[in-house]
Amino acid sequence: MIDLRHVSKSFYKRDAFVDAVNDISLTIARREIVAIIGPSGCGKSTLLNMIAGLYMPTKGNVVYKGTVIDDVNTDVGYMTQKDNLLPWRNVRENVAFPLELAGVAKAERADRANQVIEHVGLQGFEDRFPTELSGGMRKRACLARMLLYGAETALLDEPFAALDAQLKLAMHDLVLRLAAENGQTVVLVTHDLMEAVTLADRVLVCTRRPATVALEQRIDLKRPRDVLNVRFTNEFKELYDTLWERLRLEYHEERV
Amino acid sequence: MTAPETNLDTRAALEVETPRRAQPQEMGGVGMLLCQTALGIAVLLMWQGASGRLVDNFFISNPIDVAYRLAGWTMDGSIFRHIGATVHATMMGFAIGSVGGAILGVWLGVSPLASRLLNPYLNALNALPKVALAPLFVLWFGLGIESKIALAAVLVLFLVFLNTFAGVREVDQDLIDGARLMRATRAQVITKVIIPSAMSWVFAGLKISVPYALIGAVLGEMIASNRGLGYLVQFSGSQFDTAGVFAVLFVIALLAVGLNYLVEMVQNRMERWRIVSR
Repeated sequence: MIDLRHVSKSFYKRDAFVDAVNDISLTIARREIVAIIGPSGCGKSTLLNMIAGLYMPTKGNVVYKGTVIDDVNTDVGYMTQKDNLLPWRNVRENVAFPLELAGVAKAERADRANQVIEHVGLQGFEDRFPTELSGGMRKRACLARMLLYGAETALLDEPFAALDAQLKLAMHDLVLRLAAENGQTVVLVTHDLMEAVTLADRVLVCTRRPATVALEQRIDLKRPRDVLNVRFTNEFKELYDTLWERLRLEYHEERV
Repeated sequence: MTAPETNLDTRAALEVETPRRAQPQEMGGVGMLLCQTALGIAVLLMWQGASGRLVDNFFISNPIDVAYRLAGWTMDGSIFRHIGATVHATMMGFAIGSVGGAILGVWLGVSPLASRLLNPYLNALNALPKVALAPLFVLWFGLGIESKIALAAVLVLFLVFLNTFAGVREVDQDLIDGARLMRATRAQVITKVIIPSAMSWVFAGLKISVPYALIGAVLGEMIASNRGLGYLVQFSGSQFDTAGVFAVLFVIALLAVGLNYLVEMVQNRMERWRIVSR
């Protein structure tokens, strides 16, 4: 479904080229949940931006459903740590924004928005503005918006990094539930190994900049997963340790 | 550690026993209003006293003459014609200038090519004292109200333009990208993301440009006109009618205060919106 073919990306910064991504090839199947993990600032986000068509690769191609991406990829939903809700719109208007852009009538917009808002557990907050919501609620609103838009691929860029551990678990549960219900493909970028193993079918460990894939690990934990308890199983622990063995090298080198 | 505590204790005790003397800065609204009125009257009395004794009446006139002049103009109704002309020019200039400035700001804000192309010329025009354009406007639009509207509009236009432009440039690129990923057209990005996002900047520009609209109108009237407060102050001056000049200044000041009050009222209405837009 998503096919990265020898993708490299460099940025021109302060009279010098900085390589963010170096020759990554990666195939992501439909409905697969792939987590990309690596040190902060290693170029993981750049990878997502290229799948979204916001950046063009310097070398190589990003192929989405058989077509080379050369413009904004409107089949994806993008969610970042900074939830991009429009601050002058309340929750309902924010969630219904994609329908408004598509020219859906107002009454139908509100109806459908209310449904997904309830589905993500935000009922009662429809008329609040983003500044009046907690971090977790804003994430729920973003997920509701993505759901209403009908994005077939969700690009998640450290979306829950700012949430506390309990809230994170609730959001993990919600993400897995929504992805399963809607048959979404999910590409998750994170630096939280626990999060990566809990959610993903496959985890890629990235090196420090320029990012290349250092290790690829299938996560064959059965689904549906119990996000609270899966981490206490032996399989989880083994996978976690294998990945950490490789990942720590990236952090270790950083300290030198 | 005990010393400061006892210190605090005695202080608290003192406050209970002897009522604190009211500080001048804590005066109530009514008291302050009385003081302000008293100050005004004192200045007027000093003015009246100084006139003809310390300074020649010709230069500073005196409050009584000014009041007579104001009363006279009010009786024969001529002052209202002048106020009407100035208010008309101010409002029209403000309306045209703010709409033009906002449109120009959004347009240049969203087209990097046009803004880079026009950048040096806009800088030059902005640095130019707009008042110097007045003779040109008189040539183009004649001696009537149109040339005053033009001058007020051009002053407002640049202020609103600069604010709108900055506001559009400040728009969070992530919000724009987000909308584009949801299949927003360019027009939708502009109307649904960029303009609402820049709105608080536009309002800031509108607010600071209100007094400039009045300045533009009055200046235009001073340069060439037969109506308006600017004309009246110019005419009175040329007749060596100092009382008349002061009388018009008084009316212009009242008008400016009134306009500011209007802006504040509108702003209070917008307050909720502004908090939300942050």
